[in-house]
Order: sequence, then structure tokens, then C-alpha cells
Amino acid sequence: MGSAYWQGFRAGAPFVLVVAPFGLLFGVVAAEAGLDIVQTMAMTILVIAGASQFAAVQLLSDNAPTIVAILTGLAVNMRMAMYSASLTPHLGKASLGKRALAAYFLVDQNYAVSIAEYEKNPARPLPEKLAYFFGAVSPIAPLWYGFTFVGAVAGKAIPPAYALDFAVPITFIAIVAPALRSLPHIAAAFVSVTVALLLAWLPYNSGLMVAALLAMMTGAAIEKRLEKAHG
Amino acid sequence: MDNTSIWITIIALGIGTFLIRFSFLGLLGGKDLPVWLTRHLRYVPVAVLPGLVAPLVVWPAATGGDADLARSLAALTALAIGGITRSVLGAIFGGMAVLYTVQYFT
Repeated sequence: MGSAYWQGFRAGAPFVLVVAPFGLLFGVVAAEAGLDIVQTMAMTILVIAGASQFAAVQLLSDNAPTIVAILTGLAVNMRMAMYSASLTPHLGKASLGKRALAAYFLVDQNYAVSIAEYEKNPARPLPEKLAYFFGAVSPIAPLWYGFTFVGAVAGKAIPPAYALDFAVPITFIAIVAPALRSLPHIAAAFVSVTVALLLAWLPYNSGLMVAALLAMMTGAAIEKRLEKAHG
Repeated sequence: MDNTSIWITIIALGIGTFLIRFSFLGLLGGKDLPVWLTRHLRYVPVAVLPGLVAPLVVWPAATGGDADLARSLAALTALAIGGITRSVLGAIFGGMAVLYTVQYFT
């Protein structure tokens, strides 16, 4: 374990404050939705992507078709294709095994701190860049697994009076609200809400898919127009 | 919701998410994503999550689908706190606090 690993570890450490309660909440919500502990842990370990896990569990407990739960979860994770692309110039020359391991452990938090570090010090050798990346995820992933487990065990004991049905919507609002920082983002969110409500009568939650596509196109179109206007 | 569909969702979401993460790093090499595609991908979270949440807020399942003062105020609080402070946890705790408070008094 070199110093690059520990630099990454220190950069990732503050996210523990976010990941631990978030994992706990996922465990509780999954338990309330009817997943057993093995299923909850399998999802948390295989997917390690909180927002998509919440989305899939919510849709499953709404009795949406399986394919809709899967596609919505995957749609939420599409942002990671961007992360993958932007890490490639820095980590693309690593062995296939290390790239696969890095892909598995690619989450919002270690992506954010690693890409910032690589842009600041682009000349660092590949082993140091890899060590930094794995260092940054080291405080995060074990806590995500561990606190999901605690939540899954505790979740069964929480009575319905605590209105945890609403923890999922609140969590999504909390994730999205800080991202509403520009006109295209706000317009996309507005289109998403409006179309989803207007098309809520469509079968198989397919209204959400239409809403998401229209919202993405709205955001992209407005961004393009603003870029042109500013030259 | 039956066990089979839960397991299919877990496995498909796990494999699919890994392939998304692995895509460029593992298979496509140093090629850049086309500009039009990154322009759309940037809006994925704000395009999917609000549409997923809106019906849950307007027609909450727990009240049999009737709009509910506590849940509406909680949603607005979370939106305001998250938008102003950019704190995800602050928004979650603030929203849930309003939900419990309003439920207690109504």
C-alpha cells in the first residue's frame, strides 16, 4: 500500500458520512418492500449504485413489470458510461483484470475525487493512479455493504407509523435537488415531472420512459441553444 | 412481487450496471463519446428521478392514492433544502422531520 493509495483513501473518507446513512436507508427500504436479507445484500453487492437500487426496489414493490424495474435502474446508471469514458485516458492501459476491478468499484464518489486528482497531476504513473482510485473507494464500499446489512436487519422491526414509504421519494428529491443548478437541468426535471404525471395512466410504468426521454432531449436541446447564444 | 422477479432484477441490474461501468474502460478503449450523446447523458438523473418521484408524491400509495398534506410539505421541504444547501443528507433529514411533525399534529 503506497502513499497514493492512502492519499485516495483520505480523499474518499469524508463520503463515509453520506454512504453510511444511505446504505442504512436502502437496507430498511428493501426490507419494507419485502426483499429478504440475502436478496438485499446480493443487490447491494452486485450493483453498488444506490439510486438505481432504490428505483428498482420502488418499482418492484409497485408491481411494475420486471423489465421496467431493470430498465429504469439501468437508465439511472447510464451516467457511469460518462465516468467510464473520462477515466479511460488515465486507466485504459491497465491490465484487463484491473480495469474490470476498477469498473466494478466505479461509484460517484471515487470517480469525483480521482478525476480531480488526475486532472491536477496528469503525469502520475499508472500504478499510482490505480492505487489512488482503489484507495478512494476503500472507505466507501465496505460501509455501503455493512450499513445496508444493518438496515436490512433493523428494517423488519420498524413499524409502519414511521411512514418509511416516503423515505424513497424524499431520498430521490434530495439527490436531484442539488443538481437543479442550471436552466437545462430545471427544464429537464420539469418536463420529466409533467409528462410522468400526464402519462401515469399508461400501462407498465411506460409513461416514465417517455417522460425520461423527452426530459433528456429537452435538457440537451436547451444546453445546445444556450451554448450557441453565448458563442 | 415474487421471488423470481426480484432475483431476475438483481442479476440483470448487476450485470447491466457492470457493463455500463466497464464499457469504455474495458472494451471501447480511448474513444470519446460523441458530443450529442454526452449532452443527453448529462441529463439522465434529472430526467429519470423527478418523473419517478412525482406520482409517489401526488398519489402516495400509503394513503390509498389521496394527496396528503404531510407528504406534500415534506417533498417541498426536501426540494428546498437540497436546492439551497446542496446537502443530500440535510434534505433527507429535513423532509422526514417535516413529515413526522405534520403527521403528529394532524
